[in-house]
Amino acid sequence: MCRLFAITSEDPVSPMVALEALDVMREGHDGSGVGLFLRDLGGPFESMKDAPILSGIFTEAGLRRLDVKMMEKGFITKYKISFKLDKTPPSGVPKRDVYLIRAYEYPDDWEEWSWERKQTELTTIRLELRAMGEEKKDMIVFSFWPDVIMIKEIGDPLTVGRYLKLGANDIQARIVMAQGRQNTNYAINLYACHPFFVQGFSTMTNGENTAFIPIREFLQKRGFEGYMGFNSDSEVFTHILHYMQKELGLGMEFYKHIITPLAGDALASHANADLLTLLKQSCRRLIIDGPNCVIGSLPDHSLFMVQDRKKLRPGVIGGRPGIFAYSSEICGLDAAIPDRDKSKDFQPMYLDTAIVGPDRQEVQICRQTERLHLPH
Amino acid sequence: MSADGKITPSSLSIKDLHWQIDWNKDTCTLCGQCTAVCPVKAIELGVFRKRHVETPMGLSGKVTNRFSIFYGIRQKSEPKHACIGCAMCSQVCPNDAIIPRRSDEADKQRYHMDQGGQPMKRGGRRKAEGPGILDRIKFTRISMLTDPALDAGRHEFEIKTLLGRVLPPKEQIQRHLKGEWAPPVREIYPLVIGGMSFGALSPTMWEGLQMGVTYLNEEMGMPVRICTGEGGCPPRLLRSEFLKYTILQVASGYFGWDEIIHAIPEMKVDPCAIEIKYGQGAKPGDGGLLMWHKVNKLIAAIRGVPTGVSLPSPPTHQTQYSIEESVAKMIQSMSMAWGFRVPVYPKISASSTSLAVLNNLTRNPYAACLAIDGEDGGTGAAYNVSMNHMGHPIASSLRDCYKTLVEIGMENELPLAAGGGIGKNGNLAANAASLIMLGASMVQTGKYVMQAAAGCVGSESDRCNVCNLGICPKGITSQDPRLYRRLDPEHVAQRVVDMYVSFDTELKKIIAPLGRSTSLPIGMSDALGIDDRDAAERLDIKYMV
Ligand code: SF4
Ligand code: SF4
Repeated sequence: MCRLFAITSEDPVSPMVALEALDVMREGHDGSGVGLFLRDLGGPFESMKDAPILSGIFTEAGLRRLDVKMMEKGFITKYKISFKLDKTPPSGVPKRDVYLIRAYEYPDDWEEWSWERKQTELTTIRLELRAMGEEKKDMIVFSFWPDVIMIKEIGDPLTVGRYLKLGANDIQARIVMAQGRQNTNYAINLYACHPFFVQGFSTMTNGENTAFIPIREFLQKRGFEGYMGFNSDSEVFTHILHYMQKELGLGMEFYKHIITPLAGDALASHANADLLTLLKQSCRRLIIDGPNCVIGSLPDHSLFMVQDRKKLRPGVIGGRPGIFAYSSEICGLDAAIPDRDKSKDFQPMYLDTAIVGPDRQEVQICRQTERLHLPH
Repeated sequence: MSADGKITPSSLSIKDLHWQIDWNKDTCTLCGQCTAVCPVKAIELGVFRKRHVETPMGLSGKVTNRFSIFYGIRQKSEPKHACIGCAMCSQVCPNDAIIPRRSDEADKQRYHMDQGGQPMKRGGRRKAEGPGILDRIKFTRISMLTDPALDAGRHEFEIKTLLGRVLPPKEQIQRHLKGEWAPPVREIYPLVIGGMSFGALSPTMWEGLQMGVTYLNEEMGMPVRICTGEGGCPPRLLRSEFLKYTILQVASGYFGWDEIIHAIPEMKVDPCAIEIKYGQGAKPGDGGLLMWHKVNKLIAAIRGVPTGVSLPSPPTHQTQYSIEESVAKMIQSMSMAWGFRVPVYPKISASSTSLAVLNNLTRNPYAACLAIDGEDGGTGAAYNVSMNHMGHPIASSLRDCYKTLVEIGMENELPLAAGGGIGKNGNLAANAASLIMLGASMVQTGKYVMQAAAGCVGSESDRCNVCNLGICPKGITSQDPRLYRRLDPEHVAQRVVDMYVSFDTELKKIIAPLGRSTSLPIGMSDALGIDDRDAAERLDIKYMV
């Protein structure tokens, strides 16, 4: 099982905050890997919110190929983070040539484009780079999106964080999601490491998704190129979130209704029973079968947590106006936000979607039994 | 045989028969119950003469003979009276003095079952003993090793499936918001009692099944459905609220459909669905067959035919010039008859051409499902040759269809129902779970229900299987009141409930360790493995040894 930690804060924080919180929960994860998702960036990226940022790991040759490719496409480097690494990585961490975090200037002709079109193109480019990298094993691309940075590596989370000097350099963000374990159900592969990302949506999960194969088969044929990879059974949680919001036009309050729909009397007596019954039928292949705790970040900068239908995974939210953290265990919360009113800590149960909105003032709880705002 | 008796080509000895009767003179009380009960008159009262040679001790006395008569059981050896091994004689014998035994070598009887040029007909399933592919599939992805397992006895499970055309999510939402028509979809239990007609089954059997199904729905909360088969539906059921638990079948003989259509205005509720039978796994290419022995007044009235005539349904629907046209027309007209409120779907026999029908259905927005019936399915009456040699196994046919649906992204839109030999070796839940994980939304079973709920003794190794002749010794497939009164409908209903409730527990015992409970694991093929490399490759599941 892995451990999850996420934080959303008015003032940008260092990702080390999240890695330290993971470290106090280390009994619950095997320290085999780490994944970080950062959004609503501070520091030098504060002034370039629109610039797409490419995150990944490259060999020297891969970097040269990247430069050629990006040049061809008309992207110009605007800013990059330089990692000053020790000569030899700590034990358990592989040696890499380049950890890349680089913000680009859009090509001139993109300036006119709608955000919709830019999103599509950015996704296509990310997938193109990923395919190039897989072919020659010289680049791993995690994300290519404005105001988003992703870092993933094999090894103990805190050790990796210190090695990359994440506390000392310019990386700061108002939203940080961190996960501490390589996916060990399948082959070791950085693409199988949470959090996952597609077009501004990111999620991380602990637990196993036993309905993975039918879900994957369904998503693969939805006609969106971003539903690919499937290196981890948990990647589909991100895809489902994206599918629900972008393809079906349904808001966050529908997520639980898709992945863990109501049953029996609870469904029959719901104010939107008709729609929910139909949705349950037509999205039947997207029902997850737990045990899972899912934490995710939405493009509008809200951060959410949901649990499986039986609430078989731990998860707690706590904080104060301005800063809230989501953690698998309370000790992780204590490490990150010790000075909070602990009596207000909240553990979402099987019907709850807990959301901290972009204003970071409170934890909103949306119960699955409540009336929904219908799509148009 | 007497000394001057003639031997004809079909004169057989008891040794040549498939079943031989062991009778014990010491324990037999000569009550005559066995000869009375025997459905094929294979045994009769035997009068035997016995000679005792009495030889006195010493050299002087003369040897004398004493003759005596004793009574017992004599087995007949003509093919038409060959013992069928039903063991009803054993069942009624108060002293356990009689039992049928299978011949120790291949019988000779089989070469003589075509007297008068009539090929052998029978009921039951294809002759094939031993475990089939479905019995060999194992569930190997035990998720409790990586995550806490579900508890089959404690956790909430939702064992339900959908019968009906399911729209893609976006279209579904849009039609709902605009208040437009959407295809009817039923939420039902994934184990359906497959089509066995009123006529093929006795009235007591039918009544028992219906009562059992009703009890499961109303008292146990299990939405079990039962298909009528091609034989119409009793008028009172048509006009009762229990019709909602019934799938009405129409097949190429259209038996009983005059009555059904006329009853539509008087129906209190819609039927669950309409099944259009194009083929049956047990005898692909052959229509239904109700032999004249069974067409009495009641059956004739329900089916709308004269009494005492054989009722063979044509191999295909007469309206059929091409399957595309026929399926489209029939689905359309049946949908229309019920105001597009009832799911309508075809049932075909598994075949290497199943995909053609499937592809056609994917383009027909009214098609609610495709039911595929494999070669191990049962039948009330068919030619022996069709049963044993025609057909296609269900597993690969279903898998091909499911993978085709996945390929075109329609696996959630068009449910597949699989049938044919499910539970044939007693592994009902395991076979059903395998088919579900191979892609079936639901499974249909008929013969198993006859065995479990009514004590049918038929087998895949030539036991009984005289369902076609109306002489069913258990009263399951007979229209003779003397026979069907043996079957108490209340007891059948009780056994149907027992069977479903234990199936439900077994299914949970399979899916819980796989980490599944909130939705039926349709297409969860990563959970399956088999110890046969070719089968694994064909079904696209794991090979394991
Ligand atoms: S086993 Fe059945 S068919 Fe054979 S003698 Fe006994 S009752 Fe008759
Ligand atoms: S017991 Fe009845 S139903 Fe079963 S095989 Fe014999 S005749 Fe057929």
